[in-house]
Amino acid sequence: MRTVSKYRNHPGALGALVEADRVHRDVYTDPEIFQLEMERLWSRAWVYAGHASQVPNEGDYLTLDIAAQPLLMLRHTDGSIRVLVNRCAHKGTKLVGDPAGNAGKTLRCPYHAWTYRLDGSILNIPLQQGYDGTRLAETDACRGLAAVKHVEVYRGFVFVRLCAEGASFQDYFGGSLSSIDNLADRAPQGELEIAGGCLRFLHNCNWKMFVENLNDTMHPMIAHASSAGTAKKLWEGQPADAPKPMAIEQIAPFASDYKFFDDMGVRVYPHGHSFSGVNFSIHSSYAALGDYEALMQQAYGEERARQILGTVRHNTVYYPSLTIKGAIQSIRVARPLAADRTLIESWTFRLKGAPEVLLERTVTYNRLINSPMSIVGHDDLHCYRAIQEGLAGEGNEWVSLHRNFDSGEAAALEQRRELTCNGTSDASMRNQFRAWRELMLAA
Amino acid sequence: MKEDRPSPGELARFIRHEARLIDEKRLDEWLALFAEDGHYWVPATPGQPDALGHNSLAYEDTLLLKLRIERLKSPRAYSQRPPSRCLHVLQEPDFEALDYERGEFVTRTPFLYTETRGDESQRYAATAWHTLAWSDERLRIRLKRVELLNCDAALPSIQLFL
Repeated sequence: MRTVSKYRNHPGALGALVEADRVHRDVYTDPEIFQLEMERLWSRAWVYAGHASQVPNEGDYLTLDIAAQPLLMLRHTDGSIRVLVNRCAHKGTKLVGDPAGNAGKTLRCPYHAWTYRLDGSILNIPLQQGYDGTRLAETDACRGLAAVKHVEVYRGFVFVRLCAEGASFQDYFGGSLSSIDNLADRAPQGELEIAGGCLRFLHNCNWKMFVENLNDTMHPMIAHASSAGTAKKLWEGQPADAPKPMAIEQIAPFASDYKFFDDMGVRVYPHGHSFSGVNFSIHSSYAALGDYEALMQQAYGEERARQILGTVRHNTVYYPSLTIKGAIQSIRVARPLAADRTLIESWTFRLKGAPEVLLERTVTYNRLINSPMSIVGHDDLHCYRAIQEGLAGEGNEWVSLHRNFDSGEAAALEQRRELTCNGTSDASMRNQFRAWRELMLAA
Repeated sequence: MKEDRPSPGELARFIRHEARLIDEKRLDEWLALFAEDGHYWVPATPGQPDALGHNSLAYEDTLLLKLRIERLKSPRAYSQRPPSRCLHVLQEPDFEALDYERGEFVTRTPFLYTETRGDESQRYAATAWHTLAWSDERLRIRLKRVELLNCDAALPSIQLFL
């Protein structure tokens, strides 16, 4: 069967999928759109690769896919972090298969032993004289492994932009970087370290449903009634002074009411980024842990420590790939696999210089909320999947983003570089789709 | 007259009964098998040494297990419409450590697990490590640790109990 291309060469049709206050269902369901998203949006955006603490030593690497390309993030002999395409220059063999490891000083292809330095340049080709007088020297092959040129490390977070052209890192993220700052500042030593492994949750839905949901504050009290609502009920009979288990402290606030989530506030930035929890969040009432606050005061002084710990944001979306929770030190990374398949990786951080119980709290949260066995996760994924199936229905091809729509918001954001709205607004989703349209249509 | 300690046969029967209660969704009875300080643990990494400083797929005390069970009964647990079903197919348990003095017994039980929901079906291979305590003439679960063979793979929602 020959597939007729509806969008690749039809910018008008592609642009018409996103209106100021609604989007066409094809953005979630159409395989051609997914393919174009990989080629365009995910290649033009700054996408999270990994954290510097995962490759502390020379030769340390991790493998990952971005925009359907196999990549290798590694620590070069000069101490810098490089991102290479994980594809032998010779016949295309993926060089490294392990999720992470140490390459020593060279990378060697398992097929014909072409060997590379850690910057991707060729060190050795067996029986090289066999290429004398051939055109090999004129081809990409002789340049070794393709290196991603645009790599930026911000407070340990490694981002890449695969396309040669596009916004600079600072322009792309702008004021939204304050959430990464707050996460790293929460370490008395000002540094983070990935710890405790990774939870890998396969979502049978489009990646955008997951990313949109992180600042969707109209769903928790409904979708999580069975999990958070039940947790609240289970704890209700307890005396007021009974020590609240971490798990209850973490799950129950998901059942907070509309007013709570509306008062939380949401702030959007250009290029699709946003965070909810401008004023407070579901993480605001956690109990103090050990001598953590004292250590923070020692490190930063009383006022600055209060400032850092008083910034308790909910989810920050670094569009399109990274979502972070500074207040609980966990991040979720979206890795799209197909129009209806997305891998969500959830990682946890150790705050350097903080008591170990902080990591315990982080790990507890991550397990309770982000595991494939999480009941909160089951609630969410059920809804995403239900959208994926429901969108096939005829009679209405559009998805609504109308809540608290203001026709002046795009212009206001352009001018002010940030915009703060009531927490239950769809502003963050409209903002994501403005970025989507921009990245999909850019020349 | 009842023995003052469990026979290996009784340990094996307990393990089979435990899995059967899950499969038959007699989850309140299942929860009652746990000691007060008992835990259900599914590590996320092979050979994972602990549950506190490392991410796990699940690490639940009796309060969290109760929450999970109560949620499954809730009409608002939409991810259970239609409901999931599961079946454990167990190998005969090995007795790894039988400490009659302390009344603590460790068994190892390889098993195959199937969880279905609607038209979808997931199959897993796993090993259950039970640490069982004997007191008041009955066995209780101090720890059920389930080592899922592909625990570090990208996994879909697993909604019942391995």
